[in-house]
Amino acid sequence: MANKTAVNEHHGFPWKHLIGFVLSIVLTLFALWVALGTDLSLTWILIIIFGFAFLQAALQLLMFMHVTENSTKSNLTSRVQIGNILFAAFVAIVIVIGSVWVMTAGHAKHDKHDEPKTENQENHGEHESH
Amino acid sequence: MAHTETHDPNTPLEYRSEIGRLNILGFWIFLGAEIALFATLFATYMVLTHRIADGPALGELFEVKSLLIQTFLLLTSSFTCGLAVHEMRRQNVKGLITWMAITLGLGLGFLYFEIQEFLHFIHEGANIGTSAAWSGFFVLVGTHGAHVTFGIFWVTMVLIQVAKRGLTPATSAKVFITSLYWHFLDVVWIFIFTAVYLMGMVMHHG
Amino acid sequence: MKWDEFFVTGDPLIYGADVSIVLTMVGILFYLTKFKKWKWLWDEWLTTVDHKKLGIMYIVSAVLMMFRGGVDALLMRAQLAVPEANFLDSQHYNEIFTTHGTIMIIFMAMPFLIGLINVVVPLQIGARDVAYPYLNAVSFWTFFIGAMLFNISFVIGGSPSAGWTSYMPLASNELSPGPGQNYYLLGLQIAGIGTLLTGINFLVTILKMRAPGMTLFRMPMFTWSSLVTMVIIIFAFPILTVALVLMTFDRLFGSHFFTLQGEGMDMLWANLFWLWGHPEVYIVILPAFGMFSEIISTFSKKTLFGYKAMIWSMLLIAGYSFLVWVHHFFTMGSGAVVNSVFSITTMAIGIPTGVKIFNWLFTMYRGRIEFTTPMLWSLGFIVNFVVGGVTGVMLAMAAADYQYHNTYFLVSHFHYVLIAGTVFACFAGLIFWYPKMFGYKLNERIGKWVFWIFTIGFNVCFMPQYFLGLDGMPRRVYTYSEESGWGPLNMVSTIGGFMMGIAFVILVYNIYYSFRFAKRETTGDAWNGRTLEWSTPSPMPPFYNFAKIPEVTGLDHFWKQKQAGKVEKLKAEDIKKIHMPSNSGVPFIMASFFFVAGFGMVFDWMWMGIAGMIGVFGTLIYRSFEYDDGYYVSVEEVIETEKISK
Repeated sequence: MANKTAVNEHHGFPWKHLIGFVLSIVLTLFALWVALGTDLSLTWILIIIFGFAFLQAALQLLMFMHVTENSTKSNLTSRVQIGNILFAAFVAIVIVIGSVWVMTAGHAKHDKHDEPKTENQENHGEHESH
Repeated sequence: MAHTETHDPNTPLEYRSEIGRLNILGFWIFLGAEIALFATLFATYMVLTHRIADGPALGELFEVKSLLIQTFLLLTSSFTCGLAVHEMRRQNVKGLITWMAITLGLGLGFLYFEIQEFLHFIHEGANIGTSAAWSGFFVLVGTHGAHVTFGIFWVTMVLIQVAKRGLTPATSAKVFITSLYWHFLDVVWIFIFTAVYLMGMVMHHG
Repeated sequence: MKWDEFFVTGDPLIYGADVSIVLTMVGILFYLTKFKKWKWLWDEWLTTVDHKKLGIMYIVSAVLMMFRGGVDALLMRAQLAVPEANFLDSQHYNEIFTTHGTIMIIFMAMPFLIGLINVVVPLQIGARDVAYPYLNAVSFWTFFIGAMLFNISFVIGGSPSAGWTSYMPLASNELSPGPGQNYYLLGLQIAGIGTLLTGINFLVTILKMRAPGMTLFRMPMFTWSSLVTMVIIIFAFPILTVALVLMTFDRLFGSHFFTLQGEGMDMLWANLFWLWGHPEVYIVILPAFGMFSEIISTFSKKTLFGYKAMIWSMLLIAGYSFLVWVHHFFTMGSGAVVNSVFSITTMAIGIPTGVKIFNWLFTMYRGRIEFTTPMLWSLGFIVNFVVGGVTGVMLAMAAADYQYHNTYFLVSHFHYVLIAGTVFACFAGLIFWYPKMFGYKLNERIGKWVFWIFTIGFNVCFMPQYFLGLDGMPRRVYTYSEESGWGPLNMVSTIGGFMMGIAFVILVYNIYYSFRFAKRETTGDAWNGRTLEWSTPSPMPPFYNFAKIPEVTGLDHFWKQKQAGKVEKLKAEDIKKIHMPSNSGVPFIMASFFFVAGFGMVFDWMWMGIAGMIGVFGTLIYRSFEYDDGYYVSVEEVIETEKISK
């Protein structure tokens, strides 16, 4: 799949772009509806909206940014481009999930300001200030 | 760095020079670094998101209308930016400049609404010094906004060069690189849309 | 701000430094003017985009920084030699351990390695220059300016004093007032830009600029280790960039990321710092591994044992290095599960490193070993590094770490890995490639004295610190009581420290001595080398590196050609015109604007910060509109150059 050399395929109507655009709009609205218009549990909402976010990111990379395209006959560039993005995604996930996990597990339990989410904003005014 | 290579006439202009190919690959790798950069900002934001001290909660101030306007402006600008590159590969300089100009207009519109929104938050008593959560919000979303601002200047500079020099391997590589940058900002926005706004509102209302 | 707050006053040591700085500056200006060297300086060095010259400038800066950081170390050892000493007060001591750590990691180890990578890697892969020569100059100058900005802190405004890790809330405005901590933030930020650009530049260079036939699995091990290092740089440095920005915002713009007010999280800084900091450890150790691999293989006259295992273990490390950061703060209180997970990942990352040790041992096994100085440093590395590695595994056990942490046991551990790993490699690499850069070897006899004095001094200095640590001596204390009983071992440690200082002085003398008396190389192949850089003439191959790009047929290509007696002779008809990039003064000017911006931000003079940044963007725009495609070196010029250097 990652083995096509870039060519000027761009003579006709830009269907690829149009499809990508429509999909991105649909995914955005659908994510909004899932988040605000359904009664799903928080976990499910998070799974679905982040799933959509990654889907949209892939859409941009494949439809608009030509990530699989090669500049020369060898497929080194596309492999590097794709490998680079995948490793970046790995590092990004480690940074985000790792930080949240490390900073909230255990440590935060000792921290009196970090109340569980169930007793939420209604009484945030009662947080003691410092 | 031989410049006397032969080409398949179908090879897009931006890939025809060695320097163009190297720059495009290098920029892809730079985007990898940008992903790590934004991931760190997201991590900071996510860790601090409930730490609102005496200030308002994040989800309390978010508004769907402003969010959707910003999102559609940026999504559409990514689409028009893609069309600009499409025109470039058809050797259509006028089409390229037209679609890029529309992209810039949409980008400016996005910035306008973002700044309006920031001013609104500040008016409601939430600024960078209000609480850890708002510090995280302003620096994450603000860094994206600063990238968009930089992008607008950058694309403008490159368009001036295209207008002056026409489409050459050098200018078309520059256009292609700015287009990668612009699409990338859209990707980042999708995650801000999800992790900041949607999550903030879900946490607040749900 | 009053002038006596702007300049650091009141300490005779500082006045001494002021005088020596002014004298040195005047001396340099006088020399350049008297001998009409200004144009030479500008044309040959300040505007160069040649990777070899940039590499030499990196190395020279790094040696200077090693001197600065080394003086810091000796001042600390002098203060600690006896209990209740009054040589340095606590604030001064804090400043010195902070600058020692920061300078040695960021402004000594990294530029030293990047300098050697600059000189060697393009030659090893048969390239005429790096992928982005202009960007390479930007990298060097931003590093250099960042280092200078950080270094002037001790005479202007005061040095940072919160440790090289700069934990919050110690590094906050309340506990570290004044510009000191800002110097840390801005100096590292500016230098970090250069490092990130180097990462991208050399990754693309290695991937795309290789000579025909040089497949990935035919690349020399130093090139491989550089490739993996660049990958780590690209993904780790942005984390530092963000962490520094966030702390800068806390200090200058009133945000609450790491502050005690506004529900900021001080430990989030530690988390972000080590998310970068642990990969950073591998950034400074992997190129060292690469160099030892080259040197051991060359002087054992054997191909590296387990070439592919070595590569895979490095690739594994690149991924793993992002998964162990919490072991730097086991005692933060993240709970048993978090600590256990990171304890296990930390022990696991020791495995690929262990694999390498065996690779080197098996490379030497049945080799015809030649005990040259680079080889001695490599052998010294294996022995001493293992000591550091084993104590590292001890520290990796989270429960045990509660006892070791924040003591001299830890201090000794990381000096055993960083000195025996990185510093030994810098010395070994410098001596090994010295003839390539300057056309003659450093004197071997003096070099062996340096090795023995330094290595013995190193063990005398740091071995006692393990025991001091086990005995409970905490790190970062400026003095200790008589009753603690730590006096004798500290005195031993100080003696060792000064032995290392003496060895450094002899090394510098050796550079002078060899410059005067060493026999000049004629072949370009000073050590009977194996890889392509030895096929080029010395000193310093011509600016285009290779008159004819070699065709590579296998691993250790040059060695195999020599064995088969088939080293190609350059023929005039093979020479074609060569395309080269033009020199540019813009990187230097851009970095100068960065200095203005950084200096303004340090003192919270926003007008100056903004003016500097406008200058930076101005140079970016200027460059964008400049269409300089470089120039061609004519066939005649190449033929002439080759005859001169043959």
